[in-house]
Amino acid sequence: MSDDKHGKIIGASRSRIDGPKKLRGDAPYAADHHLPNMAYAYGVFSTVANGRITGIDVSEARTLPGVIDIFHHDHFPNLYRTPSTFAQENKVDETRLPFEDAKVHYPGQFVALVVADTFSNARDAAYRVRVDYEEDEPVATLAQAMESGEPTPHAASGHTRGDPDSAWNDAPHRIESTYITPMETHNPMEMHASTAYWDKGDLVLYEASQGVVFARNVMAKVFGIPPERVDVRSPFIGSGFGSKLWIWPHAVAAAAAAREVGRPVQLVVPREEMFTTTGHRPPTHQTLRLATDANGKLQALSHDGINTTSMVNTYIEKTGSCTKSLYACPNLRVSHATLPANHGTPTSMRAPGAAPGLFALESAMDEMAESIDMDPLEFRRANYTETDESLDLPFSSIHLMEAFDRGAEKFGWSKRTPEPGSMRDGDEIIGWGMAACNWEALKMDCDARVSLRADGTAFASCATQDIGTGTYTIVAQAVSDITGLPLERIEVELGDSSYPSGPVSGGSWATATTLPAIAQAARNAIDALKTYATGDGGAFSGSEADTLTFADGTLSDGNGKSVDYAEVLNQLKLANADGEAHTPAATNDEYSFRSFGAHFVEIRWDPGISNLRVSRVVSAIDVGQVINQTTAANQVEGAIAMGIGMALFENTEYDSRSGRPVNNNYAEYLVPVHADQPEEVDVILLDHPDYAFNEFGARGIGEIGITGLAAAVANAVYHATGKRIRELPITLDKLMVT
Amino acid sequence: MRNFAYQRAGSVDAAVAAHSGQSSSFVAGGTTLLDLVKLDVMQPERIVDVRSLPLYDVERLDDGRLKVGAMVTNTDLAHHPIVTENYRVLSEALLAGASTSLRNKATTGGNVMQRVRCPYFRDGVSACNKREPGSGCAAIGGLNRSVHAVLGTSDQCIASHPSDMCVAMAAIGATVLVSGPNGEREIDFLDFHLLPGDSPDKEHALEADELITHVVLDAPMEGNRSHYLKLRDRASYQFALASSGVVIATEGGTIRDARIALGGVGTKPWRATEAEQSLIGKPANEASFQHAAELAFKEATAYEHNAFKIPLGQQAIVRSLTTVTA
Ligand SMILES: Cc1cc2nc3c(=O)[nH]c(=O)nc-3n(C[C@H](O)[C@H](O)[C@H](O)COP(=O)(O)OP(=O)(O)OC[C@H]3O[C@@H](n4cnc5c(N)ncnc54)[C@H](O)[C@@H]3O)c2cc1C
Ligand code: SF4
Repeated sequence: MSDDKHGKIIGASRSRIDGPKKLRGDAPYAADHHLPNMAYAYGVFSTVANGRITGIDVSEARTLPGVIDIFHHDHFPNLYRTPSTFAQENKVDETRLPFEDAKVHYPGQFVALVVADTFSNARDAAYRVRVDYEEDEPVATLAQAMESGEPTPHAASGHTRGDPDSAWNDAPHRIESTYITPMETHNPMEMHASTAYWDKGDLVLYEASQGVVFARNVMAKVFGIPPERVDVRSPFIGSGFGSKLWIWPHAVAAAAAAREVGRPVQLVVPREEMFTTTGHRPPTHQTLRLATDANGKLQALSHDGINTTSMVNTYIEKTGSCTKSLYACPNLRVSHATLPANHGTPTSMRAPGAAPGLFALESAMDEMAESIDMDPLEFRRANYTETDESLDLPFSSIHLMEAFDRGAEKFGWSKRTPEPGSMRDGDEIIGWGMAACNWEALKMDCDARVSLRADGTAFASCATQDIGTGTYTIVAQAVSDITGLPLERIEVELGDSSYPSGPVSGGSWATATTLPAIAQAARNAIDALKTYATGDGGAFSGSEADTLTFADGTLSDGNGKSVDYAEVLNQLKLANADGEAHTPAATNDEYSFRSFGAHFVEIRWDPGISNLRVSRVVSAIDVGQVINQTTAANQVEGAIAMGIGMALFENTEYDSRSGRPVNNNYAEYLVPVHADQPEEVDVILLDHPDYAFNEFGARGIGEIGITGLAAAVANAVYHATGKRIRELPITLDKLMVT
Repeated sequence: MRNFAYQRAGSVDAAVAAHSGQSSSFVAGGTTLLDLVKLDVMQPERIVDVRSLPLYDVERLDDGRLKVGAMVTNTDLAHHPIVTENYRVLSEALLAGASTSLRNKATTGGNVMQRVRCPYFRDGVSACNKREPGSGCAAIGGLNRSVHAVLGTSDQCIASHPSDMCVAMAAIGATVLVSGPNGEREIDFLDFHLLPGDSPDKEHALEADELITHVVLDAPMEGNRSHYLKLRDRASYQFALASSGVVIATEGGTIRDARIALGGVGTKPWRATEAEQSLIGKPANEASFQHAAELAFKEATAYEHNAFKIPLGQQAIVRSLTTVTA
């Protein structure tokens, strides 16, 4: 939906401008950099989950061909921890440095690092480093953690209004259910990788990173040098889903090794260790209590979540983050608590908090609706609110009712017969379920630079990243929108910490944060151009700058004189006209900013062969202004695929005896393959600009699509089978009729 | 990965000779071997590359049997016209396995010889009698839902045989032709894979340095219809939780002959002979199939997480028989 504020390029459907580079192999990823004299590092990873290293024997490994050095806790430079604050932009989730001491906190922890002349030699030697441990009992699973002690509450992340416990006790209709979600692993295609070199005390790091500015600041803290002496580059990454937001131990290890051996060093984290030492979504245990009055209005809602964290840092999975404001309810509590386990430190994974949290809430909403004999969709409509009751502020723009209506219409919800198992097709039982989806809208500080260049092109740069989502393309669209130049004449560079400071690619805030800064920088570039043009020797010398107009690459004075901007610059022998801009994180404080939507899901269950599949998904989602139909729909489609994985397959399993993960590879950690994709996926983007949020009216789209999807599947499964599955994933053995 | 010597063999005799004398492995498609070498689970000192051997033919013998060279890829075998025409179960089984790119590499000989997917075998450190005889079996009492068996297990090893192709071959009936230091010999396909018993490290009937040259399929059962049904969590690219390969011939609604083999549930490609026998002379209906399915799992032992494989395997049998006789 285009409007008068912005031209047609905003909201258009455009292919990724970086696509051709990727197809040609011209888009270098972190491990694609092969520098002269480069050495390769390979980790030795702990095989125990809890304990101490009692000895490291490198004697055999040291003698192998090509080995340059072998680092471990007795042989590693002294480094510093990062203070890890978000405000200072040096946050990490695991603050412990590699090789700090002999302690082992989790399996897959770096215990040594071999540096050799080739990757194969490094790996060969790594396999022959002998490590002895003194082993303690591990806390390997959520169940073990729950038995190990009392969870630590984190009151600051919670919210209470009214008196939810009394209201629940007194209400005529109520339910209580506990939901469990497993550990999930991000599993981006591209391996975590670092290629590091030092040049006269300056560090250059090619890192698979969703946040080059944070990465630079962390490395500066770790090595005790000014941030200006560090350059982190991540022009292309093969996605991250959150696992590449913050620096993990391997990057520190690679940079330190490069300094010690005096050569560039490349380190690729093996797939197995991408399950342990680069974050994961922690398992959660969530108890929900819902109560309604006779009309189906929620009277009480409590959502108490517990997740495991590591032994070294606290990560809170805020499962109640959507619960506090999605529906109207006068008596409400959300709380979060953690329990330590012998795992690497958890981290944000696509829609942290909301993805597991809405599985629980939106399953519970269906359970509640059923207990009062109400259609699940009607029940949600009955509890709709336009006020964020946790903040007591109106939502800036809420179109959830339209999402319900359009989604239900497209899906055919009115034809649903409520009785479980009542809809059949041959051998298959059909189940229809739905759920709301929800995500907060955030925006950060951002700097950007746009140059109008003498060759008639424009150049935009910002130290944010394109993690495969289309940021390059929408930045070019924003430049095009302001300058009128076609996309072909706009070059964009991102993913280098030396560019103007930009946001991490996370929280679905990159679009809302970056585009306003880019647009303002483009306007400032035009102003600079006007100043040059009206100065001595300029094409409009003597005119007042503010009497000139700039459109489609041409400056005009309104009296019939128009000059192409390239000519203006060339006449003055100037390379470019630059504009820089800073746009603030602060938003209008009269509103709560959130995105809303609804998923409608059809599943098919063949009880004769215990086969479950998702056959149809309709998702109606409102994220404010859609900047690019192609890349936006792609984000939601991808999130639906990932949501199907969350619902049916994903589960990082730890052996409770050894504390080691057992399915830490791509064959046995199941994510959906093409054959698991529904025959029909329909994404409806409502596209109502939210100008209270930013000048583009865009709230961001990366995460909302996965929220609620697992609940919609679980609700559909219940509708087909009559079985309420409260523990993900919904595997066939949980549904079998025997 | 440890360094190893590499040699490409130009003839079967040369391959056998090169394999002798030290810890050696043949490599064909490499999809099992390279994986396990990179994980440091297999540590051959020498790798003998057999891909140049002239074992790429699929040939119908005068007695109606089909002789398949050990180097024929899974893709080529699945799409071979004689196979799609006469051994549908084999074509379907091959196409249900792995992924297109893996099948393009994987060979008939290599598939017969593929190793188990048990995570405790593959992690290189857990107790595993197959990897390190006498060390124990971490899968028993551990996470044994997906790639562990309920048939043919022992208290030493419960890993399921991962192959789909071999299940079809077990149903069809086949002979493995091998060549070794003492010349050529034949091994009945059903005798080729060994039960774990108390020596799970001994997986097959090959003697030292023997090479598989061919697998010869029995002549197709007269008037047969056949089918392979693989049940798993996701729709593709996963080893079978349970699978059923059936070959059946009926006359006027009565079953004349039947073969049933099972995958994902057995420690070897599992032929359900008693279940087959129960079908002969019976009407091709659900009651007969259900009875056969129960017989097939009569001796099954469930472990902590895989009890569901017993009913799932039965469902695979019933549905595959229903489909093929419909
Ligand atoms: C991710 C993944 C998923 C898979 N999924 C499936 C699946 O769903 N179903 C399925 O059935 N399989 C599956 N496979 C296994 C695959 O089918 C086997 O890896 C393949 O068939 C092995 O054949 P190859 O030629 O690559 O063998 P190689 O790796 O070359 O060899 C395997 C073994 O056989 C030995 N060998 C090879 N040729 C001979 C010979 N002629 N004589 C004697 N010994 C020999 C080798 O020394 C080695 O020990 C999967 C594999 C992977 C990696
Ligand atoms: S099941 Fe077999 S392969 Fe697995 S751990 Fe036990 S002995 Fe090893």
